[in-house]
Amino acid sequence: MARLYEYQGKQLLKGAKVPIPQGEVVTTPQEVRKIAEKIGKPVAIKSQVWAGGRGKAGGIKFANNPDDAEKVAKDLFGMEIKNLKVEKALVEEKLNVDKEYYVGVIIDASREVRAPVVMFSTEGGMDIESVPAEKIAQINVDVLRGFRLYDALNLCVKLKVPTKVLPSIAQAIMGLYQTFKGYNCRTAEINPLIQTKEGKIIAGDCRMAIDDSSVFRHPELGIDVAREAPTPPTEFDKIAWWIEEGDLRGTCYIAQMAPDKKGLGYVGYHGIGGGGAILGVDALNRQGLKIANYADTSGNPTAAKVYRAAKVIISQPDIEGYMLGGFIVANQEQWHHAHGVVKALREELPKRPGFPCVLLLCGNKEKESMEILKEGTADLQNPIEIYGSDKVYETEFLAKRMRALIDEYRKKRGIKA
Amino acid sequence: MAILLEKNTTILVQGITGREGSARAAFMKGYGTKVVAGVTPGRGGEEVSGIPVFNTVEEAVRMKGPIDASVTFVPGPGLKDAVLEALDAGIKFIVMPVERVPLYDILEMMAYGKQKGARLLGPGSIGIISPGIAAAGWLGGTPEFAKRVFVPGPVGVISRSGGQSGTVPWAIQQAGLGVTTVLHIGTEPVVGQSFGDILPLFEADKDTKGVAIFGEIGGPYEEEAADAVRTKKFTKPLVVYVAGAWAPEGMRFSHASSIIERGKGSAKSKIASLKEAGVHVVDRPDEIAPTIKRLLKA
Repeated sequence: MARLYEYQGKQLLKGAKVPIPQGEVVTTPQEVRKIAEKIGKPVAIKSQVWAGGRGKAGGIKFANNPDDAEKVAKDLFGMEIKNLKVEKALVEEKLNVDKEYYVGVIIDASREVRAPVVMFSTEGGMDIESVPAEKIAQINVDVLRGFRLYDALNLCVKLKVPTKVLPSIAQAIMGLYQTFKGYNCRTAEINPLIQTKEGKIIAGDCRMAIDDSSVFRHPELGIDVAREAPTPPTEFDKIAWWIEEGDLRGTCYIAQMAPDKKGLGYVGYHGIGGGGAILGVDALNRQGLKIANYADTSGNPTAAKVYRAAKVIISQPDIEGYMLGGFIVANQEQWHHAHGVVKALREELPKRPGFPCVLLLCGNKEKESMEILKEGTADLQNPIEIYGSDKVYETEFLAKRMRALIDEYRKKRGIKA
Repeated sequence: MAILLEKNTTILVQGITGREGSARAAFMKGYGTKVVAGVTPGRGGEEVSGIPVFNTVEEAVRMKGPIDASVTFVPGPGLKDAVLEALDAGIKFIVMPVERVPLYDILEMMAYGKQKGARLLGPGSIGIISPGIAAAGWLGGTPEFAKRVFVPGPVGVISRSGGQSGTVPWAIQQAGLGVTTVLHIGTEPVVGQSFGDILPLFEADKDTKGVAIFGEIGGPYEEEAADAVRTKKFTKPLVVYVAGAWAPEGMRFSHASSIIERGKGSAKSKIASLKEAGVHVVDRPDEIAPTIKRLLKA
């Protein structure tokens, strides 16, 4: 899921006529001061990071005047919350909270539903998981009929929301659903939806994630990498996404697992097929090896796509080996993989003397693929071992081979195993 | 016998003139499947591997008579239109070997398919194969490969991994058994046929004596399988493997479409729920075939 920051989500809500607090997003304490002056009231300064529990981690500060605002902002910028550096903050008017509600839209994939579910609760402000069931009202949306205003009103009525705020809360629920649908969200949440002492309904915080496969429909969101990840994309992730973005033939998924490879034992990992690729990782871990990246090229990608993926994986600095983990008897013609990998190996291995590779490739056109791999790497000086479908479930054996080759590679470099 | 694909099932290929469409139409036909027509707008009147091409599904049905199933080889952003077109032409089983489909499009297809009383396999399903009977999608790949890997026998196979839907039947064959029907449910966040839909079909198929499932973390599907057993909608021997126990929270593994959210859908919760229902859960994928063999002998 391509996640949005709170400030981005709030702009989308504003477009759907959901009231949001007065405020702006900034990157320096001086700017925080300026916005606090402009607001002219006590402010909240909220770090913009992809982490839950921001408040508890000290990522939200309050200030009564511009001086204080600048002061607390100095502590906020550069701070780390769950390993994410604070680089942006949203400065907003502090609200006089009377009551907090929760509104969310999720997709339920279970067979009885297979539809969006709109959830509403009178117990906002906390994790919806910890709210008792009787305090949650929900409705499965029939997407052909749509979500109607009276559906939203009924959610409020079910939980006995007072009549005077009921229409504005229902409007906020509608606004969230329209945002969810209009921007093709995977999930969208307003938590808390705040009722102020003045009787206004305002979105206090929001979380949204856009469906990866719909990102192309929303260039206005400026999302670099349409991939689900717990952290913002690294340069490596951006390169990996570039391989996939413009080419719908087959899938290429590469994710960096260890941005700072400290110590030994990292393998450039090139899996084929999600399910099987995961098995190989398990086995490598048992041999004391770690994967620098996770990858999956499947769905019959072209040789060009496989080549780009392999090249990105092998050219990572500080890795000690490359494993092509084709732990599947694939239906796709594997010669595309063989050609792509050979081209990448021929370009990259001469730069890395002694760097070992274990290649497992099984399935359709296996015999031809083996020949391509063997002939294509025959004159390379690096240790390269090539295996086929008799080893498809021999994850332990292959991980041990990788380990043994890496140990030899260390010896050659004078590193103690 | 098998499920969903029978000897006389007639099949249409949407997007038949494309890279995958033409290659897999040739495979399906070469494997003995009754591929009666193909559709690519603007290419009506042509032929692909001897299969007539029409401009629309409606035209194909008018010329060839009612068609049972469609396989859609169209890019993700165009899938919704292709599926609605097939549903409107009265097709009741649609196999969608297509990834990167916008989620809201999927939801609309699911809702419309339900209204029409159709079964949608996928999106992101590499297909379905009943050895010696028929194949739809690219499961099997080429006739020679399909014949080598998928042999007839008593085991039904359902997989969440495309690659493993070839590997598990291969391992079953190595163990001296064979399969009735193999299906890949698909990789997208919402799919039309999951374990809870398919297990009752295997229950009703007299040739299927047991089922093997290659499961994964994320989503509600393994829990659905446990439910089917608990509520006696499936009573035959069932072996399940759940991949991805090591995955960190919040990480999606591409084809695994596996998001662990809020503790639900974790390997731990899936395994616990399956074991509670009395399902045989194995720790390693290479134990699937020997375990189902042992259970069928008992």
